[in-house]
Amino acid sequence: MPIIDTRKCDGCGLCVGVCHCNALAIVNKTITIIETVECDWCTDCEAVCPNGAISCPFEIIIQEP
Amino acid sequence: MTVRLESLKSILYFSGLGRAELESIRKLVFEKAADRAEVVLLESESAENLYFVASGAVKVFKTSAEGKEQILSIVRPGESFNDVPIFDGGPNPASARTMGPVLLYGIKEHDMKAILRDHPQIALNVINVLAGRVRHLVSLVEDLSFRHVISRVAKILFEHIGGEMGRGPRLTQQEMAAMAGTAREVVGRSLKALEEEGAIKLDRHRIVITDKEALQKIMEVSS
Repeated sequence: MPIIDTRKCDGCGLCVGVCHCNALAIVNKTITIIETVECDWCTDCEAVCPNGAISCPFEIIIQEP
Repeated sequence: MTVRLESLKSILYFSGLGRAELESIRKLVFEKAADRAEVVLLESESAENLYFVASGAVKVFKTSAEGKEQILSIVRPGESFNDVPIFDGGPNPASARTMGPVLLYGIKEHDMKAILRDHPQIALNVINVLAGRVRHLVSLVEDLSFRHVISRVAKILFEHIGGEMGRGPRLTQQEMAAMAGTAREVVGRSLKALEEEGAIKLDRHRIVITDKEALQKIMEVSS
């Protein structure tokens, strides 16, 4: 799941606005992941965050033949 | 906490040393723990200590006047950073930030110089490490100067493939962008282009290399 750095998050809610699968919500002024199944890793939340508080890291693997 | 001898042994600078030599070095090593995203070194500041990563990973980077970040290297366990200012007496050439919780081993500048005088094997190891670093930086200059962004991204994917035994380092698009010397948006576009060419498949949090040869060809294309 995307990783949220609560120390950097100022609760601006931009990421909630861009998330098309409603995986994010503001709880107690901090972004929280509320839906873990539907996230398709579009990384828009990471891209939009002005504080670099969200990261969506990729694992790089080779497909087995 | 005591610095573990086994950890010291795995540091490139200290490879090939006997127990007695490692014991004498251990007395000069101090530990420093840092959390995720902590800046442990700032560019242009004076350097006091040489650091080794005992666990975790550290990103060494430069920042442009516009705030654009260029990653120079990711320092993994056993590797060192801040070597250059310790040896030439100048300021830190780059900043360093932790990529997660990290345990560092530090040695003060004057202690490191004493170690070098007392242990010629370490001086040889240092030369070996710094030569490797020069090779890496020459390769980086080549990447930034001559390669198309898409081939830079292909190269980064190749260099960060997870091993069979466990996970490789996980990279965000922001980190790939910093490594490629380009903007995050360009990396996103490059990944899409690589997917369209059938070289990779984006599978949620995974980038699956579906055609290694195709990716290699793209990687070798220079502008």
